[in-house]
Amino acid sequence: MTGTAIGKPRTADRPHGGTGDRVRLWWDALPRQTQWLFGIPAFALVAALPVLRPPVLTTVGTDFGGVLAQFGMYALLAVGLNVVVGQAGLLDLGYVGFYAIGAYTVALLTSPNSPWNLTDDWLSRSWGWLFALPIAIAITAVSGLILGSPTLRLRGDYLAIVTLGFGEIVRLLADNLSDITGGGRGLSSIAYPVVGTSEKRPFGVFSAGNTQHAPTYGVWWFWLSLILLAITLILIGNLERSRVGRAWVSIREDEDAAEIMGVPTFRFKLWAFVIGASIGGLSGALYAGQVQFVVPSSFNVINSMLFLCAVVLGGQGNKLGVIAGAFIVVYLPNFFLGRTSLLGIPIDGNTIANYKYLFFGLALIVLMIFRPQGLFPARQKLLTYGRELYVAARRAAGYGKPAPEPTTEQGGAS
Amino acid sequence: MPLLELRDVTVAYGRIEAVRGISLTVDPGELVTLIGANGAGKTTTMRAISGIRPLARGSIWFDGRDITRMKAHDRVLAGIVQAPEGRGVFPGMTVLENLDMGAYGRKFDSKAEHDDALGRVFALFPRLDERKKQAGGTLSGGEQQMLAIGRALMARPRLLLLDEPSMGLAPQMIQQIFRTISEINAAGTTVLLVEQNAQQALSRSDRAYILETGEVSTSGPGKELLADPAVKRAYLGVA
Repeated sequence: MTGTAIGKPRTADRPHGGTGDRVRLWWDALPRQTQWLFGIPAFALVAALPVLRPPVLTTVGTDFGGVLAQFGMYALLAVGLNVVVGQAGLLDLGYVGFYAIGAYTVALLTSPNSPWNLTDDWLSRSWGWLFALPIAIAITAVSGLILGSPTLRLRGDYLAIVTLGFGEIVRLLADNLSDITGGGRGLSSIAYPVVGTSEKRPFGVFSAGNTQHAPTYGVWWFWLSLILLAITLILIGNLERSRVGRAWVSIREDEDAAEIMGVPTFRFKLWAFVIGASIGGLSGALYAGQVQFVVPSSFNVINSMLFLCAVVLGGQGNKLGVIAGAFIVVYLPNFFLGRTSLLGIPIDGNTIANYKYLFFGLALIVLMIFRPQGLFPARQKLLTYGRELYVAARRAAGYGKPAPEPTTEQGGAS
Repeated sequence: MPLLELRDVTVAYGRIEAVRGISLTVDPGELVTLIGANGAGKTTTMRAISGIRPLARGSIWFDGRDITRMKAHDRVLAGIVQAPEGRGVFPGMTVLENLDMGAYGRKFDSKAEHDDALGRVFALFPRLDERKKQAGGTLSGGEQQMLAIGRALMARPRLLLLDEPSMGLAPQMIQQIFRTISEINAAGTTVLLVEQNAQQALSRSDRAYILETGEVSTSGPGKELLADPAVKRAYLGVA
């Protein structure tokens, strides 16, 4: 145990190693420009999916564009929830509450059924959604602050239970404040951005009526959510690489130890909560705009579980991993929907899709046994002095091609 | 003026008072030890000093300032840094990342200053240098203890709090840890040490306090207490 295991490869040093690590090392070692060179075409390929409509991948039971739009929103939710759960390690079971607040903010400001509707007054319906978007984000951020400040003094299971309650409270409020939210009937005719009107699309590309001509409105919402997702990823990525990210990881690993290292833990937990909430609100606003109709039943607690499933499945703490998780959670049930045969084998796709909660539950259990860190586990890079050092250090530890001399390493042999 | 002063400090868990009206002082440059049996309130006292545990009564003074209400993370900036009991290293972070977390509240003017601080820790604990890319959770008990102390030193403490650094370590490792603590103290850092290993702790400390069921029962220079028949009987296993 106390021998001299220096310099030789030690994959067991980290909780996990292997192919993923090698790919990651290769990726991390690439210069920024090369990463963009790979990243932008990959991003474009994903964006082009609903136009290319690849044969097997394209859903048969529902509109492929609509499925991808939903994926876009879930990807945002997963990234937001990942800040809370994956980065700061705070188990939030009521994340759907923020999604609902975002959606209802847009609905209340722009639906003709709402007492607070602004669009029949001074606000044009064409710009109502865009006007409501930042307000929705701000209000969800504030709601995150309001939920977080009393509850973040709790830890672990207690926090989970309180947040679970929060998610339910939001839904119940929407259900019971009938005078404002329309209760179970919901709010309809929510504003959406009216752009690209033409003969074929009299209400613009984002209108729910745009279903006859490709690309349909789902595809446009997918593209919009992809752009917002990219912006969010860049912002969150910068945060994670900063002192804020280091603080989050240390809180996740050991909150008491973080506090006595000088990390203001409460403040950073609150930050994680507020940032996570506002991303959830952004996704909710997208949802309200796309569906143009909100009802309380769309924000059941089971949705929180589905979001969490995406994060855990993908790999807590890994931004791209949780997006993959979101894709699995949204796409798989829709893939089976309406399918009668797969690879020549007759299947009852609709039934499979209906049992999605059962299958995701089973998948989670299997995952917890064989790969508890998720399909695409996170790897932290925390050093104060940059990723070059990280790469050099990993190389020296024998993960990739041997570096000639790790001259840039910190400290050296003193 | 003492660097640290506890005035009549009481700490309670619910209705149970784990520490009852302790008063103690630590002067600049001293190595002071708090010894006592299990449940005497040693760790609770440490947690009160580092700010993790609120006081029920009394006050804590650091460098002439009342820090009773100061938050734990602000006390780190003021210069009180703890290597917690059970080590508390971040298991998923590498040794280097752990050490970096130690310097979280500290601003380095240059990379050289950062490397210098790191170099000092590695000079004290060469083993950490060998293992710097290894995850904290995979280190042996002794190495984790080294890491916890090294991490605390990265914050450049004015007062270093060490909570049972010898706990669960092999005898040889205990020797080494204590020698290093003496070295750290000799280099100018004031140290408050909590220990069950009375022999080692008393022989190395300037002064010591003996805690019994939440109260200070005896205090005095370490060497004197080592010779005290009552102390010998209770803590050194000598009849």
